[in-house]
This record gives sequence, C-alpha cells and structure tokens, in this order.
Amino acid sequence: MLAAETSEEFHAPGPADFEFPPIFGADGFLTKPMLIIIVGTALIALLFYLATRRAGVVPGKLQFAGEGVYGFVRNQIAADAIGREGIKYVPYLATLFVFIAVLNIAGIVPFAQFPATSRIAIPMFLAIISWVIFNYVGIKRQGIGGYFTNMLFPPGVPKAIYPLLSPIEFMSTVVFRPITLTLRLTFNMFAGHLVLLLCILGGEFLLFEVQGVIGFAAGSVSLLFGIVMTFFEGFIQLLQAYVFTLLSAVYIGGALTHEH
Amino acid sequence: MEGNLNMVGYGLAAIGPGVGIGLIFAAYISGVARQPEARSVLQGIAILGFALAEALAVIGIGLAFAL
Repeated sequence: MLAAETSEEFHAPGPADFEFPPIFGADGFLTKPMLIIIVGTALIALLFYLATRRAGVVPGKLQFAGEGVYGFVRNQIAADAIGREGIKYVPYLATLFVFIAVLNIAGIVPFAQFPATSRIAIPMFLAIISWVIFNYVGIKRQGIGGYFTNMLFPPGVPKAIYPLLSPIEFMSTVVFRPITLTLRLTFNMFAGHLVLLLCILGGEFLLFEVQGVIGFAAGSVSLLFGIVMTFFEGFIQLLQAYVFTLLSAVYIGGALTHEH
Repeated sequence: MEGNLNMVGYGLAAIGPGVGIGLIFAAYISGVARQPEARSVLQGIAILGFALAEALAVIGIGLAFAL
C-alpha cells in the first residue's frame, strides 16, 4: 500500500545494516566497529588514568566516579558471586564491565550510533577469555581430576542418574557457557539496534517520503517511539554489561568452591 | 508482501522465555513485597535467573537470522 503512493519503496533494516565497508581503501581493516573499539578503549584508559592520577583521601569528581564504578563491580558483582576470594578477580571483572558497557553505549551515542558488541567476534573473544579463566582457576584449585569429578559427578545425587546427568553437566559447563555468553550479548545488541533502526528510519520514511496526514501522524509516533526506545536501549546496554560480568563472576565462583 | 517465515517461528519460540522471565520477576516482586530488606540479595538472583531464561530467546533470534 505504501509502495503504491510513493516512488521509492521502504527497505526494512536487516543483518545487512551491520556490515560496514572499510573507511580507508577497499581492503583496509579499519571499519566503523573497529574505530569504535579503538576510540572506546582509548577513552576508558584516559578516564581511568585521569581518575587515579592524583588519588587522594578526599576524592575529586573524576576519582569519585572511577571509584564508584570499581566499587560497584567489587561489591555488587565480585563479593556477591564469588565471596571474599573475589577481590582477586575484581581487576578483570571491572575491565570487562567497563569495556562492554562503553562498547554497548556507543549504540546510542550520537555519530557513533552502533553497538560494537553486536559484531559477534567481540563478545566471542571476551567469552573465550572468561571460559579460559574459570576453567583455569577451577583446575588450579581442585586439580584436574577433582575439577572434572566435581563437575561431572555432583554429590548428593542418586548414582543411577549419573549416566544422564554427567553428559548434560559437561555440555552445559564446558560447551554452552561460552556460547550463551556470546550469543546473549551479541543478539541483545543486534536486536536492540534493529528496533532503533526500524523506528527511526521508518519514521523518517513516513515523514519525508509518504507525507500527507497519515504519513505525518504515523511518522511522528514512530519517531517518538524511537526516542523512548533509545532510552530503553541505554538501560538494556548497561544491564547486559552487568549480566555478562555477573555470569563470568558466577562461573569463576562456581569453579572455586567444592561441593561436598 | 515479503518477509521471512523464520520470524513467525521466532515469535512463537519467544513465548516460552517470555513466560519464564515473567515468572522470575513475579517471584522477585512478591519476595520484595513480603520482605523489603531482602531486596539487594534478591536483585542479583533475579537478574541471574532472567539472564539464563533470556538465553533461550536470544538463541532463538540468532537462529532465526542464521538459518
């Protein structure tokens, strides 16, 4: 129906909107997500450097903010999920949280407007690091035999269940944990970015291409909804950074404790 | 009309995690209503349960685009 009124047809956003050409040259490595990662990393390094440069007993504004983020990861994530030993893993968890949060928030920052974490390689790499760490600390703490015995044969279960339970435990711990960590972050950002594209590009199309009373009314509603969804996306982006960090901490905590 | 039937399937598949996440937050809300001081403890558990239930929906949307 829309196509009949206008010369140009609306193309719904899809996975093709997540492919970017290189900025320099035809086969350069520097694409927009890559640029966001580099700028984001530099920004994080700069902010934390400035926050800790003149650390005093009475914190300045920036030091207060930096300590707030670090303290949040330490108290709300590491201490809750791992316990007292969690202090040792706070540097990793804080880095993870801030890195993911900044790359996610790039999705609603003007001019960047692309969550770099919706490219699957980035969450996959972070999930592999978490996977290596929690398996390493588990094997280091319980020995390679003890770690796999505790994982495959959890105590307090009737012996007849083990043929069924052990393969499930193995698959869920070793195989599905990194996969779900990756997919959860990637596709939350992917779907969120798709919704924003649909609301805003759709609203723009209705306002400027369809025009008329219907186009104006529907386009305004669509754009307003796009603004609302932008704020909702901001919330989701921080929540997903928290969830990724929390799950990494839970996995490390689970590998550290014996259950018997 | 163009589109992909996968998306209809994904809509159906998202019912399950939707119900699951609803149950998790319903339990969280009634827990906080009964015992407001337990909020900080329950919050982490609720978000953890939410993340695990949501994994199904997220795998679903991944497969809807990939397959």
